[in-house]
This record gives sequence, structure tokens and C-alpha cells, in this order.
Amino acid sequence: MNRIRQALPSVAVMVLLIAAWWAVVRLTGSVIFPTPWQVVTGTIELIEDGSLWMHIGASLFRVTTGFLLAVAFAVPLGLWMGWVRGAFETLNPLFQILRPISPIAWIPIAILWFGVGNASPIYLIFISSVFPMIVQTTAGVHTIEKRYLWAAENFGVSRATLFSRVVIPAVLPQIIVGMRIGLGVAWLVVVAAEMIALRSGLGYLIIDSRNAGNRYDLVIAGMIIIGSIGLLLDGVMRLMERLKLVRWRYAHQD
Amino acid sequence: MRTKIEVKDVQKGFVTDKGPLQVVEEATFSVGDGEFVAIVGPSGCGKSTLMNIVAGFVRPDRGSVVVDGAELTRPSSKGILISQHGSVFPWLTVRENLMFGLAGQSQREKTELADHYAAIVGLKGFEKSYPHELSGGMLKRVELARALVVKPEILYMDEPFSALDALMNLRMRNELLRILAEERHTVLLITHDVEEAIHLADRILVLSPRPAKIQSTFEVTIAHPRKLTSPEVQDLRVEILRELGVDRSE
Repeated sequence: MNRIRQALPSVAVMVLLIAAWWAVVRLTGSVIFPTPWQVVTGTIELIEDGSLWMHIGASLFRVTTGFLLAVAFAVPLGLWMGWVRGAFETLNPLFQILRPISPIAWIPIAILWFGVGNASPIYLIFISSVFPMIVQTTAGVHTIEKRYLWAAENFGVSRATLFSRVVIPAVLPQIIVGMRIGLGVAWLVVVAAEMIALRSGLGYLIIDSRNAGNRYDLVIAGMIIIGSIGLLLDGVMRLMERLKLVRWRYAHQD
Repeated sequence: MRTKIEVKDVQKGFVTDKGPLQVVEEATFSVGDGEFVAIVGPSGCGKSTLMNIVAGFVRPDRGSVVVDGAELTRPSSKGILISQHGSVFPWLTVRENLMFGLAGQSQREKTELADHYAAIVGLKGFEKSYPHELSGGMLKRVELARALVVKPEILYMDEPFSALDALMNLRMRNELLRILAEERHTVLLITHDVEEAIHLADRILVLSPRPAKIQSTFEVTIAHPRKLTSPEVQDLRVEILRELGVDRSE
């Protein structure tokens, strides 16, 4: 009951927004801009011919692949940079320069190196999500409280135990934060990357709908689907914060 | 009594924004095998720094710490430090915390030993709990059990119970005395609580304000269990407080 009451204002805002959109389209008599209902029928059309699932599947495949590659690269590298001072001092300036470059700026180079297949968007997703994860992981190692490292030192445990039982669990909450940021950026980027070339994906759906006869109902349907999937992906990452292993970090928020 | 820990002319200073700051000035004392020595001093007098040096975590600028005749250059599991803020790993369960320092045994032996010590400190039934599910007093018990389970020869306790409320503080002291009666450890305790020192220790060293220096020594000959309201305890308390610069009338 409480949750329903909490959600009420935001639902009301959305309903109002849709109503206003409907009214404006009606009043102006626009022939290009669709009404909300036309967006719904457009979406049904996409579901019926099966192309919606194909586009969603293509986008998710690229995001998953690029993102997992980035995790596999960023987490070990971040741990190493956090632990070894020399590694941090050597690599951090380079990453600080590369990090602010928008992934969109990499598009021409991605096409040059990887062509217009799946490899280009995967590379762009890798590039966009790898830096936030490196930064978060490194910062996580740097902020491990000394008392825990001292305790480990006191008990004289092996290096392997130190890493597996202290360093990695201590940094895990930060790694998950990095992954949440990384996946968010990755989803932003896949859509942009798909607008350039390729024959599939939600970005392609949007550009293709406009080019092939100004189907703005499908453009907006694509946008709403992108937003919804983005929300779902973030929800999945939020579930990771509930893992027993990292509950300690968030326990005080209960 | 054989000498267990020998602290010789230890000095330590830090460089701060406002110039060099001498924190420990010539601390010299020794702790006998199986003895319980308490060091009392005012807050911020450099007690913790001294403890970190004695436990091997921080190197002194000058002087040395000798344990069992060998100079201490780094911490070892021979002496476990229990600090004020605690260092129970929040990502491990109580049992996993207790098993952390154990090496060279089978998994089953480790589990049994961990559960045995959890029971000793009164945490039976909480083996699978995570630290954030426990109260402050229970966390202290985990900390104590994790130290005891590796059978250390020395316990270094830096204000171990000062974060607890008065009642829990008293309860933990009695608990500690009960355990120490069963397992003989050498204990070095640092505290600002004079009553706590008299309750627990065989000998009390009084530190001067910063830079810390051993100002005087008191032997506590009162037999256990010590009654804190007894005149002997009260007299000793007044004497130590006077040494710390606090008059009875204040």
C-alpha cells in the first residue's frame, strides 16, 4: 500500500505528460508526429513481424559482449593499479586523458579498425565502460581501511589469502558500482553506435524508421523501449548489491 | 618471571604541517611472560602510536622492541592486536572471521576450532551471522575470539572496550578475565579508563601527556576477583588519577 502511494506522483506525471502529448498532436493536427496510440500500434506491428525481438537481441548481444570484455579487462587491471603504486603512477595519467573522450568520437576509428560488423559497436562499448570500472576498482583498493590490512598482516596470511579474503571482498562493492556505471554508459553507446551502420539493433531501428518513410511512431517506440531496457539493466545491477557478500557495505541503508 | 616483551628507549615523531611533532619520547618498560600490564594515559598522549610500535606495525625512530629475545621488525601472529575500532571483516561470517588466521589444518578442524572459540566468548548460534547483524558487544567478542583462536602468546589490546556502554564494558572485562584464567596469555592493555586498568592488570604504567613517557608504575596486588568498590581499589584509583593530574576534588 505504501509503495503504491510512493509511486503515485511519478505515475501521475507520466499520465499527464502522455495526455499533454496527445492533446498537442491533436490540436496542431501534425501529420508526422504520432499520437501515443499510434506509438502503441507501431510497437504491436514490430512485435508481430518479429523484428522487435531481433533488434533487442542484437543490441543486448553487443552490450553484453563489450561489457563483459571490459569487466574482464578493467577489474584485474584496477586491482593491480590500486595495489601497486608504480602501476598506478604509470597508467593513471594515460587513462585520465582517454577517459573524457566521448565514445562517439571513437566511431570513425572503430569503423576504420573493425569495419561495420558487430566488432565496431562491441569495441565502442568496451571503450566506454572500461574506464569507469578501472577508476572505481582502483579507488576501491585505495580506500580499503588500514585496520583490515593490518589485521591480515597480523595473522600472517599468504598473499593469495590476503587477496581472496580481504582485498577483493573489500573492493567488491566499489566494483559493482563501477559495473553499474559502466553498463549504463554501454547502453547509451550501443544505440549511438548502431545509428551509424549495421542492419540491426535498436539504434538502427530508430534511424531506419525515419529514413524509410518518416515512421516517427516507430522512432518513439524505439526510444521508449531503449529507456525501459536501460531501467531493467540497472535493476539487474542493483540486484547484485543485494548479494550477501556485499550486503555489509549497504546494510546501513536499510 | 621471564621477560616476554622488552621496550627499550622507543622514540617516535611525525612530520606535520606545523612542523615535527614528537609523539613518543623514550618509552622503556618490559612485560613478563604471562603478565597483564596496563598502560594508562590521557587521550591523545600517543598511547596508540606506542602500541602500534610495540605490536610491530610501526617502526620506531629510535630504540627497539624485543620479543622473546629477538628484535621485532614486523607484526606476527605470536601477538595479536585488538584495536578500538575493531577489525572484524564485515564481508565474512563470524565463523569465517575466526577461521581467517588458521593455517595448516583441515577445513573440518578449522571449523571445529572456530566454533569452539565462538562458544567460549558466548557466540554459540551466531557462527553464520554477518558482523552487521551483530551488536557492538558481540562484535568485540568476535574480535577477541578471532585473536584467541590462533593461540597467540601475546594480546595487544588498544582501548578494546572503550566504544561499549558501561555495562557491556564491565561484562567484557569479566569475560576476558575468565578466559585469561583458562588460557595463559601475556597481555598489554592500553586504556584511558583507570578503573578498567585496576580491574584487569597486574601492573599499571602511567603515561605522561604528549610526548608520551612512562611517568610512574603501580603494582596491583589485589587478588582476583577484584571488587571495584573496595577501599583498596578506590585508594589506588585516586593515587593514579593524581599521577595523571586529576585531583580528587575536581
